[in-house]
Amino acid sequence: MVWESGRKMNDELVIIGAGPAGLSAAKEAAMHGVKVLLIDENDRPGGQLFTQTHKFFGSKEHMAGVRGFQIGDQLLKDLSKLNIEILLNTVALGIFPDKNVMFLRAEEKVQNVYAQNILLSTGALEKPLMFKGWTLPGVMGAGAAQTMMNIYRVLPGKRALMIGSGNIGLIVSYQLKQAGCDVLGVIELLPEISGYKVHASKIRRAGIPILTSYTINEAKGESFVESAVITRVDTQSKSFRYIKGSEIEIECDLICIAAGLQPFSELCWQLGLKMCYISALGGYVPLHDEYLQTSFPGVYVAGDITGVEEASTAMEEGRLAGKVIAFKLGYLKKKEFNIFFKEINKRLTDLRLGSFGIEREKGKSLILSSFNLSLNHKNSV
Amino acid sequence: MIEDFRITGHPVLDDLKERKKVKIIVNGKILYAFEGEPIAAALYANGIKVLRHTPQYNEPRGVFCNRGRCTDCIMKVNGRPNVRTCITAVTEGMKIETLHGMGEWSEDE
Repeated sequence: MVWESGRKMNDELVIIGAGPAGLSAAKEAAMHGVKVLLIDENDRPGGQLFTQTHKFFGSKEHMAGVRGFQIGDQLLKDLSKLNIEILLNTVALGIFPDKNVMFLRAEEKVQNVYAQNILLSTGALEKPLMFKGWTLPGVMGAGAAQTMMNIYRVLPGKRALMIGSGNIGLIVSYQLKQAGCDVLGVIELLPEISGYKVHASKIRRAGIPILTSYTINEAKGESFVESAVITRVDTQSKSFRYIKGSEIEIECDLICIAAGLQPFSELCWQLGLKMCYISALGGYVPLHDEYLQTSFPGVYVAGDITGVEEASTAMEEGRLAGKVIAFKLGYLKKKEFNIFFKEINKRLTDLRLGSFGIEREKGKSLILSSFNLSLNHKNSV
Repeated sequence: MIEDFRITGHPVLDDLKERKKVKIIVNGKILYAFEGEPIAAALYANGIKVLRHTPQYNEPRGVFCNRGRCTDCIMKVNGRPNVRTCITAVTEGMKIETLHGMGEWSEDE
C-alpha cells in the first residue's frame, strides 16, 4: 500500500456506494450543479440492480414493469451526461470527524478527500444461517448465487434447494430455474410463505414446491454439498421443535440461504453515528431526521443502509438526499425544494403500503422519533 | 470431473458479447476463462468448487457471499496467499492454487 495525499480539494458531496440509492442521489444533486464524487468498491457501478432480472412492482412512476438491470442501464446513461466523478475498485476505509474520507484504490493506493457533505449508501448484506454443514462449498447466499448466474452467467449448481420463502428466496428460485438449474424446493420455517403471493404463484406454476413449517438441519457431503436433510418443525405450538421422523434427505449440489438482509452499517459505527435496532428494517440502522441527515451534521444516509426495503424505495430516498444536499448548498430555491419534498414523501408513503410496507413505515417513524428524542436528550444534558 | 456450468440462451438476458478467452493455471492444470470475470466464477464454470482448506480442521470451503465480504473463497494467486477470488478478475496466465491453511508467499509474483 502506498500513501498518496493528493486530493486537497473540498468536494461538495462524496457518495459512498454506487447502488440504486447512491446513483439516484448523484444524478439528482449533479443535475442542480453539485460537484459529486461517487466511490464504490466494485469494478462496476449499479450495485444489485444488475443482478435483478425480474420486473419491478409498484406504480408506473416507480418504474414498475421495468427490469432491475434496465433501470441500472438508464441511470448510468443519465449519469454519463452529468459532471460526476466515479471511482471504482475503491473501498472507503473510514471517515475522520472533519469529514475527511479515507479510501483505498485498487488495493494499492490510500487516498483521502475532504467532503462538505457525505452520503452513505452502502446498502445491505445477506444474513447467514448456521446449521450443520453450512460451511461446505455449495452452500451460499441466495444473492451470491444470483450474482454468479445473472452477472457472470455461471450456474452455481445444477440441483438447488432454497432456504427461505421471502421475496429474495422466491425470486432467486425462479431465476435459477430460468438459468437452467433444477430447483427442488423452497423451504420456510414459518407456517406461511413470507414473500409476495405473485412471486410464490409464479414459482409454483414453474413446478417448484414450497414447503412451509420446514427447516434445514444438515448439509451433507465429503468435500462439497451432495445432499440436504430437511425436517418439519412444530409451528402449531410455536415451539419450533423438530418433528421426529419427518426428516427428508434431498440430493442436491446447491443450498441457497435467503434468510434476509441486514443494513451494511460499518461506516456508521466507525463514525459513531447514533444507531437503533429495528427488526422490521433488518437490524441496526442509523438514526436520521426527515431530511436523511444523521446524528453527524453533514452526513446523510439513503437506501438499504437506513433499513432494508426495496430498490424502488432506495432510489426515492437517494433522490431525496441528493435534493436536500443541493438545497443546503444553495443550488435550489426553498420553494422548489418544498414542492419536491412534499411530492417525494408521498411517493415514499405509497411504496410502503400493504402488509409488508406497514411494518417498515412504522420502523421508519421510529427512526425519526428516536432521532428527535436523542436531540432533546442532548439539549437537556 | 470437468463440466461446463456456463449459461447460454437465457430467456431474459442477452448472451454476453464476445469475450476474450484467457488461459489460467489452476493447481498446475491449464483451464480457460474469460478475461475480466472473477476467479471464483471461472472456477465454478469449470466445475471447481473447493477453493481452500481451513487452517485448523482442514475443512473445504468455497464461495459463500460472492461479494468480497466473507473471505471464504480466498486462494493463492500468482504466489500471493489469501486473495479474495470472488472479486479478483482473471488475467492471462494467472497462477491459481488451492489455499491450504494460512498459505505461504511464493517468490514468483
